[in-house]
Order: sequence, then structure tokens, then C-alpha cells
Amino acid sequence: MGVEQENGTSDKNMPLVEEDISNELDLKVKKYLRGDGANLEVLQDKKLKGQLAVREKLYGKSAKAAAKAEKWLMPSEEGYLEAEGIEKTWRIKQEAIVREVDILSSRKAFDLVLPELGPYTLDYTLSGRYMAVAGRKGHLAIMDMKNMALIKEFQVRETVRDVVFLHNELFFAVAQKKYPYIYDRNGIELHCLKEHGAVVKLQFLKNHFLLASINKFGQLHYQDVTTGQMVGNYRTGLGRCHVLQVNPFNAVTGLGHSGGKVTMWKPTSSAPLVKMLCHHGPISAIAFHPGGNLMATAGMERKIKLWDLRKFEVLHTYPGHAKTMNFSQKGLLAIGNGSFVQIWKDNSGAQDYGQYMNHSMVKCYQVGDVLFRPYEDILGLGHSMGVSSILVPGSGEPNFDSWVANPYETPKQRGEKEVHSLLDKLPPEAIMLNPSKIGTVRPSRKKEKPTSQEKEAEMIAAVKSLPMKKKTKGRNKPSKREKKKQEGIVRAKRPFLEQAMKVEQQPSKKQRISEEAELPKSLQRFARKKSM
Amino acid sequence: MKVKVISRSEDEFTRERSQDLQRVFRNFDPSLRTQEKATEYVRALNAAKVEKIFARPFMGAMDGHIDAVSCMAKNPNHLKGIFSGSMDGDIRLWDIASRQTVCQFPGHQGAVRGLTASTDGRILISCGTDCTVRLWNVPVASIMESDDLSDNSAKPLAVYVWKNAFWAVDHQWDGDLFATAGAQVDIWDRNRSAPVNSFEWGHDTVVSVRFNPGEPNVLATSASDRSITLYDLRMSSPARKLIMKTKTNSISWNPMEPMNFTAANEDCNCYSYDARKLDEAKCVHRDHVSAVMDIDFSPTGREFVTGSYDRTVRIFQYNGGHSREVYHTKRMQRVFCVKFSCDATYVISGSDDTNLRLWKAKASEQLGVLLPRERKKQEYLEAVKNRYKHLPEVKRIVRHRHLPKPIYKATALRRTMTEAERRKEERKKAHSAPGSMPTEPLRKRRIIKEVE
Repeated sequence: MGVEQENGTSDKNMPLVEEDISNELDLKVKKYLRGDGANLEVLQDKKLKGQLAVREKLYGKSAKAAAKAEKWLMPSEEGYLEAEGIEKTWRIKQEAIVREVDILSSRKAFDLVLPELGPYTLDYTLSGRYMAVAGRKGHLAIMDMKNMALIKEFQVRETVRDVVFLHNELFFAVAQKKYPYIYDRNGIELHCLKEHGAVVKLQFLKNHFLLASINKFGQLHYQDVTTGQMVGNYRTGLGRCHVLQVNPFNAVTGLGHSGGKVTMWKPTSSAPLVKMLCHHGPISAIAFHPGGNLMATAGMERKIKLWDLRKFEVLHTYPGHAKTMNFSQKGLLAIGNGSFVQIWKDNSGAQDYGQYMNHSMVKCYQVGDVLFRPYEDILGLGHSMGVSSILVPGSGEPNFDSWVANPYETPKQRGEKEVHSLLDKLPPEAIMLNPSKIGTVRPSRKKEKPTSQEKEAEMIAAVKSLPMKKKTKGRNKPSKREKKKQEGIVRAKRPFLEQAMKVEQQPSKKQRISEEAELPKSLQRFARKKSM
Repeated sequence: MKVKVISRSEDEFTRERSQDLQRVFRNFDPSLRTQEKATEYVRALNAAKVEKIFARPFMGAMDGHIDAVSCMAKNPNHLKGIFSGSMDGDIRLWDIASRQTVCQFPGHQGAVRGLTASTDGRILISCGTDCTVRLWNVPVASIMESDDLSDNSAKPLAVYVWKNAFWAVDHQWDGDLFATAGAQVDIWDRNRSAPVNSFEWGHDTVVSVRFNPGEPNVLATSASDRSITLYDLRMSSPARKLIMKTKTNSISWNPMEPMNFTAANEDCNCYSYDARKLDEAKCVHRDHVSAVMDIDFSPTGREFVTGSYDRTVRIFQYNGGHSREVYHTKRMQRVFCVKFSCDATYVISGSDDTNLRLWKAKASEQLGVLLPRERKKQEYLEAVKNRYKHLPEVKRIVRHRHLPKPIYKATALRRTMTEAERRKEERKKAHSAPGSMPTEPLRKRRIIKEVE
């Protein structure tokens, strides 16, 4: 009996465990399915339905295989910071974290004090291995963050407003006093991009090889860095603008304007795709979530808002200033203001962000730029007295893909990667709000006109479906009933007949055109008189 | 407080020795690869372009005959050998790899009209207009391998003289019998000097004969009275007959679905039939602009090659209404015979200009051994191209084929003609009593009747 009972309990336990596993797997599978399957119920064509059903099944299978392989393919686990007892995660000091983690990681938090060439901005390469640093007064440096080694440092002796890496660490673009320049990593000036003018902010679109810039006069430029062709040059018409961010999901460029508007641009249209009024004062920072559906904006009127980019609706509004913002790969939001940096985290999974970590710099340091380092739990800070980096557990993607971005890339691999990414370079037309639209069929816009027979049938149906009321005693004379019926039929037919009249009265296209065309005076007497 | 940050030790992520392979880590998370649909589309477009650039199907010509090539036969036992017979009575065995004659079989006085090799690959049977059937020993493989390609000539094993000229011959797939077509269909045993059986249905010449690959006793013939006839050797009389509006020049059975066969017709089209249901074609394959002279199925049964009087060779899907590929050169004249090679990678055509031509079955396929990574890449590009083939830019590139001017014009003319015919039919129908002129599908239109 005992044995049997044991078996029974184990049988009971087994399904629970299995269910757990399958739930976990389902979550992972969902990520790889890339959205819902096609709705096959509405299809008329049986052959197509069969083919698509096979396809869908295949997609499901491959997603499941990918989810199962995750366990073996992805060895590293993401970082975390958990409070115990009455601790709060945002009260934990950076020093305490540095003390707790391993030596290798503790070295990654540093403060680089460069007081002279003041406020600094920074940029990381796609793999997060290299960092470019630019001081306002002309100091430029490239650093290898893996070895903590300086690769090149030089001064351009004029104002530098922004720095951005191109597709790899060999080239970077710098927004200087009058024009942006492109340098290679030995500090040799390769190009002067005069057409851009005095650029305030720069961004690089890695899939399209486009350099996007906004200049002092509010002009947005897109230049193809492979061919040098100026792809787009648009006047925003909304005044000077300091905020430029690229949405990594669809490569649409977001601009924040001083009137409180956020506009979104693509290189192939001269008008913005989206123009939304987000704040009642100037916009100080915007940031895009890597998932593409969430945008954070900060205004001077002491508000930070989270937006749903599918509906363009505000999700949450928080009080707070932000000079600069950035989303990490795992969705943490860093907010820099004054000498104070906050990191927010989505606690519930419903885009409800709350405090996660705080970090305050020395009082006089003004944070000008926050940027998460890809594939690492590190936040880079550019401030008025140099550059710092702090540890933010759980911010970076723990598993990199060697074919997408490899922090341990050799020069040979870098060359291969460059060739492949150039072969897969996307045309500027591929930038759109919903990139999954590519390769789908445009729904036919033409609405089919009903034929005259169909109209007739509709009219008859309307007549037939007339409700005939049962009249009370005394009002039920046959003649009256007949009269009522006729009235009802006329009433039912009227809208159809009126519509037909309207169509008939409209002159045909040919006629319209001929009427519009002005005849010479000598011929006008032959023209048909317009019926008054 | 519990804390963990990402920490990667360099040893784990880089190779230990310089001889090792670089370590590769994968993460298939869609959020790492943004705009993947656009990337795939760009790849599909590039793949389509590259395919077009590398489409060089012509491998080489084999010349040696001094008259038009009238028939060919594959040796099922030897991949790189092919027999060809010409209008002056010359039969040659070619080595496809070196594109040279290995052996000649002299003897026929008039044109050789039919060639076939037995399924075991040891005996070659030829027949011609000189009213003889000749059996030859196929030279052993060692001669084919040998380097000196001096003119070997073979002696016939047997010569059977008969009453009428022959038009075609085909060997049974399993057994010792073979069939010749001429004034009637004769069934021969390899060891007898006279036919063991004769079939006659109608009085016209039978122009082609093919045995069924699945059922050894079933054969299909086509005759110049526009009929396609099915025979069963176990019965004393022919089984079924289908009369079409134009003559069928050649027939080929689908080796993978042996109940289906495709007929190459004089009216520029090929018709796929189910042998069990002859009242309607399964598919009409259109594109040629002149009579289709010969047809041969690929051993995979998924496609077939046709040669036409319009000087082109086309490859069709077994169920496709239009050709997948069209091959032509300036020097190629009327094509009389075509064969798919036994490994389905090559197509061989014999034409009026005395040459055999060797083509790739897939125009842009890379020949030779592919590394696994190369093959994977090709498969990926093929899949991506297939996925985006409906988009106009990709479609335009994939569909485009260059045609010689006369054929281009003839196609346009044919289109005008069929369009006019269709319009006329439509008007006729509109002006006659409803229901008196039922629309006949193209699959039925060219069939006159089926006779049991």
C-alpha cells in the first residue's frame, strides 16, 4: 500500500513540475514567435490555407526549438540586485556594490577626473567594448574598455558638441564648432561634412549606414556614410533643438523641440511621420526602449512621461527633472539630473517604472550624458568634471551573439562583419513606423462598387423586410392596410432611389474635364450651354 | 543584499591557442536583431540578383556527328555516358565529362530513329529507317575510363530485319522485352529475330513508344493519326486510346508517379495526363512557340525538359503551367531530342546542327563539392528568396529571361492570337442561347475523344 501511495503522490507532483516547465517554455516560445500567427479561418482558398497552416506549424516548431536551445546556447545569467530584510535597493551605495562583486567587475566602476576640458559626452560601440569620449573644449579620446586602455587621445582645439561611433570602432564622427568631422581611430581626419552645418547632436543608424544630425538651425540631415550621398535634408521648422534619439526598433529618428513637441522622422519624407505634443515646456530628453513600443520624454516643466508608441498615448506621468535619459538593453531607465543619477525599473511588467537605484556624484559635477554600456551591467556618465562609470546590476544583456555584436572581436572578425553588414545594408526606404509591414501585401483600397443588380437586390430585400404591424380593432380595414403597406414600400425604397439620382446627376469624369478646359474665345459659341 | 553583475572572464570567450577555432556564441533573441524583415528582404533581393548574374547554363557542345542528331539514350548504369544516333546512320557513345566520343556503332544504312539501352545497361538497341533493329554490346566501363579515346567501333550483337521502317524503340524497365514503333507496335524479345507480338489500331504510323517505369507491361505510344494509345502486354489488344486535335511527338512517363505521363504535342504545348483518366489533362504546359519535339522527365519526377522546333530547350515543373527555364544559343538549331541526366543536374539536347549540347538543369547552380557552410548559405538564400518571391522587385528579377527576338515576337503573336480567339468565343457565347455553349477548359479543349 505504502509503495502505491508513494507512487500516487509522485504522480501528482510530476504534472505540477511539468506544468511549471511548460509555462516557462511557453514564455520563451512567445518571444521567438514574433507575434501571433495568421488568422487562417477567414481564408476562402483551401490550397493556400493548407500551405499557410504548414508554414505556421513550422514557425511554431522552430520557435520551440529556439526556446529549448536557449538553455544550452546562453550560458551567462543576467545580473540582479536584491534587498534583504528592511533594505531598499535604492539605498544601497555604489561603494557597497563594488565591495560585494568580484574583482574583475569592481574594476569597471571608475571616475576619470578631467577638470579642464569640461563637460564630457560619450558613446559606446555596438558591442560595448570601445568608448569614445568628447570634452566640450575639444578633447577627444577612444578607449578600449576591456583592457581599460587608452587607444588614442587628441585635441581639436574647438568646441565639440557630440561624438558618435560609426559601424565599428575604426571610425567616429564628431560634431564640432562649425561642421561635423569623421576621424579614424588614429585621430586622422577623414572627412569634413560641411553640408550638415553646425551640428548639435549626432546619431548613427547602424542598419542603414546613415549618419543623422540636427544642426543649430533645426535642420535634420541624413547622410549615407558608405557612398557619401546626402539622403535627406529637412527643415524641422520648430526652432533650435538639442534632443535627437534614434528608435533602435525601427530606426525612426525622434526629435524633442522647445515647444514641447516630439517629432519623428524618416529619411524619405520631408514631413514628420508623427508630431506629438508631449509637454508644456521645452523637452529636455527623450529615450526609446529597445523593444520599440515605449518612449520616455522629460520636459522642463518637471515631468517625465512614458508613452506607448503603438497608440501614441501617455502611459504614466512622473514628477521629476531629467537632463538626459537612457534605456538599457534590459529596459532599465537611467535619468541624469544635476549631480544626481536615478535608475528606474519596471517592477510589475506593466511599464510601471519605479525607483531601482540612486547615485549621487560630488555636488559640483553636472551630469550631461548617461549611457548604458551594451552587454555589460555598467552605466557610463559624462559630466562636467570628466567621465565616470557605475555598476547597475541587471541592466545589460548577458548573452551576446557573435554575429551581431561581439565584445571579443578579433580584427579579422571585424573585417568579416563589416563586409556582411555592408551586404545587408538596408535602403533608407526601409525605415518606417512599423517595420514588420515589409513584405506584406497592401490591402486593396479600392472599395468595390455594387453592381446595379446588387443594388436592386438590396432594395427588394429592404422592401421585403418591412415590418407589418398588427393593428388594433377598428383600424384593420383592408384598404387602410394596403395603403399603409404602399407607404412603407415607398419609404423603404426612397434612400436607394435618392442615391441612384445623386450618382446620375454627377457628371462623368470626361465631361468634367472638358468643362474645366477653357475653350478659346472664338470657339466658345460652339460650346454646349450649361443647363442652369 | 544579494548582488550579481555580468562578469566575463576573457579565457572563456576567446580561444586558447592560435590554432583553435574562434568561439561562437549565439543568442536568437529577436530584440537583438532589429528590422530583421527588412534585412531579409534585402538579402532576398541580393540573392535574386546574384542568381541572375551567375546563371550560365551552357556547359559545352559535343560535335562529331555529320548529320542532325535524331535520338539519344541514357545508360542507366553509367552516369557520364550518353548514346546518340544521327540521321546518317551513325551511333556514338559520348563521355560527358570530357565531351568526346568514346565509341562508334557503325552499320545503319539510313537514319537512326530510335535508341534505347536495357535497364541493366549491357545492351543497346537501335532501329532506323533501313528496316533493321540492331542490338549492340555496350562497351565495358573500363574503355570509358581509359584515356586514349581513339576511334573504337563496335560490332552488332544481332541484326533483325523486318518489313517496315522504324520510328522509335523503347526497352522494358524490368524484363527482356522491347517495343518498336513503325507501321504498328511490335514487341520483341532480345533473343528472337522476329517480334513476339504486334499491336495495330488504325492505319497510321506510330511515332513514339515509351514503357511505363512502374508497371513493366504497360506502354504508351503516339501515332501520326493524333492519337495516344495505351497498351498492356498481358492483353491481346490495345487498352485505351485518346485522340487529340494535333499529333503528339513524344511521351514521357513520370518516374516518381508512374500513373502520370506528359505528352509533347505539335500545338506547342505539353499535356500531363493521368493514364487512368484520359478525358482531361491534369495540366497544360504552355510556353513553346513551335512544335515540341521531345520530352524527358527528371529522375526526381518534379520537372521535365522539352526540346522544340523553335530552337529552344525549356524546363517545366511537373505541375507548372509555364516553364521555369528557357535555354537557347545562337548556334542551336531545331532541337530533336532532349534528355535529363540520371543525377538530375544536367540536361542534354541534340539538334539539327549535328551537335549535342550540355546544359545545367539549374542555371545558376554552383558545380562541384560544396562545403557544409556554403551549402547552408545557399539553402538560406533559397529560402529567403522563396519567402519574398511575391514582392514586385524580387519577382521581376527572378522571372526575367532573355529570349531571342524571333521567339519573343512569336510569343507576342501567339498571345494576340489566343486572346483574339478567346474574345471571339466570349462574344459567340454572349450572343447564343444561355447554356448552349458551355465553356470548355483548356485541359479538355484539345481532346477529341477517348476510345476504349
